[in-house]
Amino acid sequence: MTRYIVRRLALLVPLLVGASILVFVTMRLIPGDPARLALGAEATEEQVQLMRRQWGLDQPLPVQYVYWIGHAVQGDFGRSTVSRVPAGQEIALRLPATLRLAGLSMLVSMVLGLGLGVVAAVRHNTVLDRISMVVALFGVCTPTFWLGLMLILVFSVRLGWFPSFGQGGLEHLVLPALTLGAAAAAVIARVTRSSLLDVLSADYLRTARAKGLAEHLVIARHALKNGLIPVLTLLGIELGGLLAGAIVTETVFAYPGIGLLLVNSVSNRDFAVVQAALLLFALQFILVNLLVDVLYAVIDPRISYG
Amino acid sequence: MSGAAVLLILIAVALAAPAIAPYEPAEQDYQHVLEGSSLAHPFGTDNFGRDIFSRVLYGARISLSVGLLGVGLGLLAGMAVGLPAGHWGGWIDDVLMRLLDLLLAFPQLLLAIMVITVLGVGDTNVIVAIGIFSLPVFARVVRGQILSLKQLDFVLAARAMGAGDGRILVWHLLPNALASILVLASLRLGTAILTVATLSFLGLGIRPPASEWGTMLSDGRQFLQVAPHVAIFPGLAIVLSVLAVNLLGDGLRDALDPRLR
Repeated sequence: MTRYIVRRLALLVPLLVGASILVFVTMRLIPGDPARLALGAEATEEQVQLMRRQWGLDQPLPVQYVYWIGHAVQGDFGRSTVSRVPAGQEIALRLPATLRLAGLSMLVSMVLGLGLGVVAAVRHNTVLDRISMVVALFGVCTPTFWLGLMLILVFSVRLGWFPSFGQGGLEHLVLPALTLGAAAAAVIARVTRSSLLDVLSADYLRTARAKGLAEHLVIARHALKNGLIPVLTLLGIELGGLLAGAIVTETVFAYPGIGLLLVNSVSNRDFAVVQAALLLFALQFILVNLLVDVLYAVIDPRISYG
Repeated sequence: MSGAAVLLILIAVALAAPAIAPYEPAEQDYQHVLEGSSLAHPFGTDNFGRDIFSRVLYGARISLSVGLLGVGLGLLAGMAVGLPAGHWGGWIDDVLMRLLDLLLAFPQLLLAIMVITVLGVGDTNVIVAIGIFSLPVFARVVRGQILSLKQLDFVLAARAMGAGDGRILVWHLLPNALASILVLASLRLGTAILTVATLSFLGLGIRPPASEWGTMLSDGRQFLQVAPHVAIFPGLAIVLSVLAVNLLGDGLRDALDPRLR
């Protein structure tokens, strides 16, 4: 198992480098002179030339990449053409908001998903089971942005319980977190149910029941522990996708996080910010997936990796 | 197979839209702006007086065609990567798998946004975007299928009879891998339809005045207070379509792969 973890960690650096190369290539593929794109339409000729020298834009591509990554690790991505603020700063300003949203969404998805899945499995083949799975099925098929709009319609417009945009206190987080967490909750619910169903019919549980253990303790002490192992990896995968899902949710709720920043920057052709945001998203996705893989190897002793 | 039934209805509707839609999707009527459901307009009208029911019908054409083409592109590209990787193995397999890992290092929507950033918005670019992020999944499944199938006796027999690599790939391995690939394709169609709508909603996909469902939702956002029906019906259409496709995929998987039971 340690060998697997070490190998996985060793792959991390090439993967990060590869991802950064992909982002770099993407940015260079955009038609137009990179310096002029980065500085915007009102830049003077001197500014453009200065940037070309600083970022090595007259050098061959691999050299350009080195300049670019060198600047990037110091947090220097150039300035936003929209706000004139350094791109790295724009990101840093909005990151906490997105992290808050992602955190609450993860909580929502775990509570809703696990709750629904456990209930469905334990009350297998009853009305509760059927209803839970229908809800979960619709959760998987519903576009996040539509769910957000419908939640706004019901809870903001009609009932006036929650605000429909912006940030502030907890009340601004509730609807976005519900929206973002719902899709993940649906997937978690389905997997939890099927995994628990597999476990609940296992022999060692029959033994526990035969020995007189009450049903709820059978579930709590034995079934849940083993049944939840595959759900753990799923939780990790969903968490990795949360930041990407935030892109849509933040747009619907005009919630000022990095998701909304990315969308606006792409629309505004603010490429300094775009490349910084892309790198950040890729970095967190890779790291979270790595964490999940390692955790899975640690938790499930039955798995042995060559 | 209710999924298949709903999907067939969907395809029929999409193909027949010009015939059954009561109005042109771009037809504006400033006498009837933002009206709710009525006999003349079952889904109501939008802020330009366009009939939403007709627009939803035409939207099915866009979602289905872009979705199918995108998945098709991903399928072909995935096969182009997975077949050599599985068949020849060795360093080709290693290199190709590392490239796939690279693509998988990005969330799908992010890859789509990256493609749109480079290529710009528009129908074809959305198709390319879907193809690119679907590629790794198809490649892996195809490669896995080839790897498990090429050990089997019928391949050895074909070789013994003198069949070359190409012949074996096309006539023996592919047909048997087809079942898994089809199941995957139908499930990915659901993701594709959602992605088309999402990109369009973000303003990065199909542009207005096209009657794509995501675009309609983006337009309808501002009228939630006065005319929620503008946002409700296109969204329902998306949910139903994805539901149909997912049910079809689940049904196909259960039917074609009994070992999973």
